Amino acid sequence: MDNIDRALVNELQDGLPVCRRPFDAISTRLGISVREVTDRIGKLLGDQVLSRFGPMFNAERLGGGLTLCAMQVPEADFERVTGQVNAFPEVAHNYAREHDLNMWFVVATERPERMAEVIGEIGTVTGCRVYDMPKMDEFYIGLKLPV
Amino acid sequence: MVLNESDRKLVAAIQDGLPLVPHPYAVLAETLGTTEVDIIERLQRLQDDGMVKRMGVVVKHRSLGYHANAMVVWDIPDDAVDRVGSLLAAQECVTLCYQRPRRLPDWPYNLFCMIHGREREAVLRRLAQIIAANSLGDMPYEVLFSLRSFKQRGARYAARPATVTHG
Repeated sequence: MDNIDRALVNELQDGLPVCRRPFDAISTRLGISVREVTDRIGKLLGDQVLSRFGPMFNAERLGGGLTLCAMQVPEADFERVTGQVNAFPEVAHNYAREHDLNMWFVVATERPERMAEVIGEIGTVTGCRVYDMPKMDEFYIGLKLPV
Repeated sequence: MVLNESDRKLVAAIQDGLPLVPHPYAVLAETLGTTEVDIIERLQRLQDDGMVKRMGVVVKHRSLGYHANAMVVWDIPDDAVDRVGSLLAAQECVTLCYQRPRRLPDWPYNLFCMIHGREREAVLRRLAQIIAANSLGDMPYEVLFSLRSFKQRGARYAARPATVTHG
């Protein structure tokens, strides 16, 4: 990653305008062609510096379900349970964390009523108790990591 | 607020990413059998209605050298959650701050914030400064560093044709 890539990632974190030529403004600000902007984004995706480029959805407004779940998974079963949890298309992120509750994942469902089913199925399949902790309130911050 | 059928098709077409071409919405319009202007107007409306926060990127923190990803969880008296939550959210290194339900007796924590840093020591130092500067010394908390990330992508909101597989 060079300095232009870093500047590009920072720009993209702010979001692109919705217009016919969304890359033009960034191209001008960075002093590179639109073709180079799109090529670099493609490369950053390929290199997995970025995992996705596109719309950031607001799950609540879309009417879907969204929650954070945690489980206490015995170390010996960790790999098996990881595979079982990640096999659910509704599981969006999954992290191992240092705690008795050592597996943390986000579940997002298109329909809110599907949430209880998914949580129930994950508990049944893995044999682990699922602690479900949906967001009650969000304290606003612009999400941004300077790179 | 519910997506109508044409919005669902649009969401399904863009949720994995925009085409990387100078006129991405023209390409989408062709795929969806509509016009570029129609796509842009509908996307703008989804954004105005708050269903789409922005067109942007999901950054893989680890690839960028942010190896220390700490979820700091706090047990804050209910009547102080708003104050402490706003205060934590205002810290430069805090990237998310949510109130969530306690799960007693196993889980007493009701306020969650994420702190990303290049290394653990830096994250812990910063956290100690925040606690000292804001008189949070009485508030029980724990720091859960992430060890591994198994899956990191955006959530999916509209099913695609059955011929397309995804994980």
